[in-house]
Amino acid sequence: MNSVFYLSAAVAIVSTVLMLTRLNAVHALLYLILSLLSVAVIFYISGAPFAAGLELIIYAGAIMVLFIFVVMLLNLGDRASAQERSWLKPGMWVGPAIMVSILAVEVAYLLLHEPSQSLVPRVIAPKVVGIALFGPYMIGVELASMLLTAALVGAYHLGSRHAEKSELRSLRQPAKKEAHDVDFAQPGIASGDDLVRVGNGRSSGAP
Amino acid sequence: MILFALGTVGLLVRRDLLFILMSIEVMLNAAGLAFVAAGARWGQPDGQVMLIFILATAAAEVSIGLALVLRLYRQYKSLDVDAASEMRG
Repeated sequence: MNSVFYLSAAVAIVSTVLMLTRLNAVHALLYLILSLLSVAVIFYISGAPFAAGLELIIYAGAIMVLFIFVVMLLNLGDRASAQERSWLKPGMWVGPAIMVSILAVEVAYLLLHEPSQSLVPRVIAPKVVGIALFGPYMIGVELASMLLTAALVGAYHLGSRHAEKSELRSLRQPAKKEAHDVDFAQPGIASGDDLVRVGNGRSSGAP
Repeated sequence: MILFALGTVGLLVRRDLLFILMSIEVMLNAAGLAFVAAGARWGQPDGQVMLIFILATAAAEVSIGLALVLRLYRQYKSLDVDAASEMRG
């Protein structure tokens, strides 16, 4: 059991170091996924199977898909296909594949040999976690839901074309009065526009 | 601990905004690992509850951060954070 822990910890550290030293964003994402998978294995063997599942689903699933979407969105155009071909060079996948196979062997070993002596005194079941989450931590759940709603609204506003257009307009027309009229008409955009305009004015004023 | 240190080093060393976001992910992940390890040490479910909160925070952070990355790229055509240092006095 200890050797499994040390192996997956070593895989996590090595893959994180390799992630930081990659120059390509997609390669780094590959190693980051590997690091998250090894952390999930560490969760599993330290008596937290629910946390391991969440780590897999949310981190290695949802957040990584978001990263990959953004990486792909940033590379629109003709050179995207050539770049993608260079990203998918054969031989790039050898390092992650070796470490993922180490993790797969560990998981198979854990599933086949029911651990007699565990690393921890007892496994914390998902039911206990749920009772604790919706019992004494109820206010935290509400706060997390508000945080996620704020993140949703903020991401929508930052990513929308309308906000970008109004910002470009205020960049092109440095006349303050018209921009202020626009800002008063749409108070939701006002604060962001003000910040951006202040920054641009200062930079254009300074040589 | 080592993972957190690596994330900090990545945050300081890299100048690419995408790598900075990934380093922040690594740091949050290390914090969650510390919580789960502490919860397993005392046999309490509180560590996993904290991990769930950290997951929610990481999801919110990464959505806002990636929207900002898209915005920055459209404006400056670059992902270098030094390109966006106009606010410097």
